[in-house]
Amino acid sequence: MESALETASQNASPSLSRLKPLTGIKIEVAGQPESSGCGTTGGEGKASCGTSDGPDDMSPEVWEKVKNHPCYSEEAHHHYARMHVAVAPACNIQCNYCNRKYDCSNESRPGVVSQKLTPDQAVKKVIAVASEIPQMTVLGIAGPGDALASPQKTFETFRQLQEQAPDIKLCLSTNGLMLPDFVDEICKYNIDHVTITINMIDAEVGEKIYPWIFYNHKRYYGREAAQILTDRQMLGLEMLTARGVLTKINSVLIPGVNDKHLYEVNRAVKSRGAFLHNIMPLISEAEHGTVYGLTGQRGPSAQELKEVQDACMGGANLMRHCRQCRADAVGLLGEDRSDEFTLDQIEQMDVVYDLEKRRAYQENVEAERQAQQNAKHAALATVTNSAEDNMKVLVAVATTGGGKVNEHFGHATEFQIHEITTTSTTFVGHRRVDLYCQGGFGEDEQLPSIVNAINDCHAVLVAKIGACPRDELLAAGIEPVDAYAHEFIEKAALTWFADYRARVAKGEIVHQERGDAAIRQGAFMAA
Amino acid sequence: MAYKIVGSQCTGCSACEPECPNVAIYEKNGVFMIKPEKCTECLGHFDEAQCVAACPVDNTCIIDTAYPRYQAA
Repeated sequence: MESALETASQNASPSLSRLKPLTGIKIEVAGQPESSGCGTTGGEGKASCGTSDGPDDMSPEVWEKVKNHPCYSEEAHHHYARMHVAVAPACNIQCNYCNRKYDCSNESRPGVVSQKLTPDQAVKKVIAVASEIPQMTVLGIAGPGDALASPQKTFETFRQLQEQAPDIKLCLSTNGLMLPDFVDEICKYNIDHVTITINMIDAEVGEKIYPWIFYNHKRYYGREAAQILTDRQMLGLEMLTARGVLTKINSVLIPGVNDKHLYEVNRAVKSRGAFLHNIMPLISEAEHGTVYGLTGQRGPSAQELKEVQDACMGGANLMRHCRQCRADAVGLLGEDRSDEFTLDQIEQMDVVYDLEKRRAYQENVEAERQAQQNAKHAALATVTNSAEDNMKVLVAVATTGGGKVNEHFGHATEFQIHEITTTSTTFVGHRRVDLYCQGGFGEDEQLPSIVNAINDCHAVLVAKIGACPRDELLAAGIEPVDAYAHEFIEKAALTWFADYRARVAKGEIVHQERGDAAIRQGAFMAA
Repeated sequence: MAYKIVGSQCTGCSACEPECPNVAIYEKNGVFMIKPEKCTECLGHFDEAQCVAACPVDNTCIIDTAYPRYQAA
């Protein structure tokens, strides 16, 4: 399945009266020259990498399509929710990272089967969720197989939704094999976002990823299969671009198979008009029973992932906040409320689809979002930092949202990672961790796994932290910082970094490079 | 004269169902089954049995030896 944005030079506008693009917020310290590329921003927008909002790098028409889409906008994903409905269980290709006894390991929740829905059930579920969660603005069909391998079910769902819930944005995700055949249909239902999973553009690489495909009533194997697949993917992408449909490309980073090759994939998809490129780490636990899991193909480390993402930054916009959601996820990214909307529960809900109520609610969300942006810019304006050199560090941040350092270390299930220079902060991604503070036992075993997950960071910014984990983090060389509790993340990070550099300058501490970090296996699940 | 689906291995994904040229495949209790009297092993339709080719789990659509192999009329 499936499932970003950001910007530059936002001038904090005091006017909340009309919704204006929240420009991608390139977060820079006043008085410094603009950095090039995609520096900046914290959990929000970013200019050329992730998508930001922004007039600077995006036409107003495109901005209109993405600004409230949590999967396309890093910034929007804090405010708007999405849901996936599992109406498309069939798939037409076999990937070595997927075991079809479960949902797709890499683009869905590994090892867990989604509750399959008929189109009628799916529509009922969407209406129920949209009534309960008014900020739910996006409905995606992401499987659990391939949306276009069960085209009747997929498009019947879209047809009904277009009639009954016209304000919900529709999107789908596909491996691309059947995409060229359905471009007209996709346009007919105003589906303006399509995600294509493209792991290679060279059949020699592809045969190591795809053992076979089923196409035109025939099974194709090896290099021939990969060649057909890549030809169809590129054709489909070009056709969507020609029709003005926004495309996000998902690529699974498989060390030793397509890691360096993804640079070429990035160029190929960018030149064909892909809007966003999302590079995700391979998930290959043996217990998922995938070919890669069983043969010991490892996933990338945090630094390996970041290296490829950084190298692809200048190409298509890069998405950094993907959580590899499951195919029936409901809620904000990184949260899953699907348990509240099982078929049995939906049957008992008395649902009225109130378009007006949803619109009013979303206006409030928008005002709050704008106020948050303005507050952040005001806070950042107070940060001064004159030094400029090449020193760069990563920091981990515990946050519950709102763009602030506001989570207790022990309550964090994931950390945001930001790269900091003296003049900018760049959101790099999320790292999932086991919940440290569950009370009772297990804590001693969990702390090392948290350290592993953020081992490439110089500091971890938290609202609060206990004495024990504090000592252990210090021993591991990671500075626990609670001095900036409830500050905006970017301001906290820049202020801490200025202080850090001052301590280095005074000889109080010695600046050292950090090691690599491990990416926790398994897609995000609500704790 | 027919293929059958090994129920314990069927994931219920439905990939086979629309591919069958004889509309012999149906769903029951979350898994798919083949009506043997309708199955022609795809002879006369395709070079390979469509359920076998489409199925994501190896050895799940197999020849049912309880029936003689299908003979085109």
